[in-house]
Amino acid sequence: MKIRRILIANRGEIAARIVRSCGALGIETVLATSEADRDSLPARLATRALCVGPARATDSYLRAETMVQAARGTGCEAIHPGYGFLSERAEFARLCEQHGVIFIGPTSAQLEAVGDKLRAREEAVSAGVPVASGGSAATAEEARALAQRTGYPLLVKAVAGGGGRGMKRVERAADLEGALSLAAAEAGAAFGDARVYIERFVTRGRHVEVQMLGDGEGRVIHLGERDCSVQRRYQKLIEETPAPGLTAETRARLHEAATRLAARLKYRGAGTVEFLVDAATQEFFFLEMNARIQVEHPVTEQVTGVDLVAEQIAIASGEGLRIAQAELKFTGAAIELRVNAEDPERDFAPSPGVVGEVHWPGGEGLRVDTHIESGSRVPPYYDSLLGKIIASGADRDQALARARQAVAQSRLSGVSTNLALHTRVLADAEFAAGGVDTGYLGRMLDAPSPGARRHG
Amino acid sequence: MSLTAKDIAEITRLLEDSSFDELEIEVGGMKIHLRRSSAAVPRVAAPAAPSPAPAPIAAPSAATPGLVEVRAPLLGTFYRAPKPGAPPFVEVGASVEPDSIVGIIEVMKLMNTVRAGARGVVREICAADATLVEYGATLLRLDARGDD
Repeated sequence: MKIRRILIANRGEIAARIVRSCGALGIETVLATSEADRDSLPARLATRALCVGPARATDSYLRAETMVQAARGTGCEAIHPGYGFLSERAEFARLCEQHGVIFIGPTSAQLEAVGDKLRAREEAVSAGVPVASGGSAATAEEARALAQRTGYPLLVKAVAGGGGRGMKRVERAADLEGALSLAAAEAGAAFGDARVYIERFVTRGRHVEVQMLGDGEGRVIHLGERDCSVQRRYQKLIEETPAPGLTAETRARLHEAATRLAARLKYRGAGTVEFLVDAATQEFFFLEMNARIQVEHPVTEQVTGVDLVAEQIAIASGEGLRIAQAELKFTGAAIELRVNAEDPERDFAPSPGVVGEVHWPGGEGLRVDTHIESGSRVPPYYDSLLGKIIASGADRDQALARARQAVAQSRLSGVSTNLALHTRVLADAEFAAGGVDTGYLGRMLDAPSPGARRHG
Repeated sequence: MSLTAKDIAEITRLLEDSSFDELEIEVGGMKIHLRRSSAAVPRVAAPAAPSPAPAPIAAPSAATPGLVEVRAPLLGTFYRAPKPGAPPFVEVGASVEPDSIVGIIEVMKLMNTVRAGARGVVREICAADATLVEYGATLLRLDARGDD
């Protein structure tokens, strides 16, 4: 089915990003906004904006029925959910399916399969994808035996969690039972699903994920990997492709593993298979699958030349995969810096407000995905992402050099930003060497640094 | 067992008196979803993060001096009458009380009544019947100056 008009059920930079791809494809866009985003840049860029509810996301961006009603009422054949909000809610995809609106994403059944982390783990095992030792336990006794086999430290994870939410690290056997019941209670309250499972903790792990596209019929391709190890409390800060320092063999095995899992699921649309890679041994384990376009997708686009949003739309409209694996060429390296409205001096507290003067960097090898211009409002209700600076080059060194220049060129007044932190990471020798683990940024922030005042 | 009209009236009264806004009951294959509605635009909850309040959002349509706007409490299809072919809830010139029903907004088969929210005389009907209205859209304008 030819898609002529798309409802975008999202906000911020990704809404602007989706509008851009739609514009290039000659597709009209209706942007569903909350009251707080009525005057935002994406609302002006879209063919039409429609206010769907008050500022609070639960009353606007998270209202499944309202979004479907808005799509039908404005003659949209499809809904693009972006990331976050309704993007991975199986019940939303189902509602779209029931009402004849195309959900630009996987099927509701696939969302259920990967949303349940234990089920996703089982699918990975069935697809021959390595998982960290562990699993679920029905009784405390079983849990103790399982933990003994897994070894300490280990992680207790929520089955309905993901992205670090609902996770507890357990150092020794004496703490296991307490952690299990606490994690279960927290998971029950946060996700309405108290099931938890155990997984071995990799002391120095890197977060490496593989970008997938599938046609829903079993044909899948990978678009290479991204290294997202520079993170703080599971919030990614910098992502890059290719993942530095992996052996050609490890890289190929990661791609193959992700491809096997996506093919087994007959995955439809764009998705990402996340792995934890042991920094010392390059042994890797399946973490979870993200069934949406991701914040960090532009680095993949920069080295492959593929517009992932356009491919999502092509797949949703039944065109299938338009690219064969063998045709894909990976050129150079790309790195993405997430610029957030947050104050590193106050433990990264969000810094909403009105942006004064904005100057985003530009030039060769630079791309900026943003919804922020001079005078834009940063409402306190949503995430603090202001924009993403994507620097690419013939190799990693050139991409890093351009990224450093880009940060130096960037000016944002009126709200606090983490630009200074980017300067610091980009100047750091360990980061420049490549291959840091997920504990890297935390260690850097804990270490005294010249020029940065320390609190607490 | 099934619910009689009397039961539903009783349930509606219980919801009215409760502190809840919504109620869903399923009895013997029959499902009822009740939702409290008000013409007043819902209050926005205070943000959890300590932050400066964002500047007020511009009204979606120009206000007319002296007239009170009845806004859509949610996005959906606006109906001026209880069912097709029936007379509209209100016409221009009608006197309304704050709890008078002035329309219905449908979201995925769920009917939400819209009340006037103020006492006055209907001066203008701004939203057409059976059209999609966005959240906060002006549905009608009332003259609330008390010259009824």
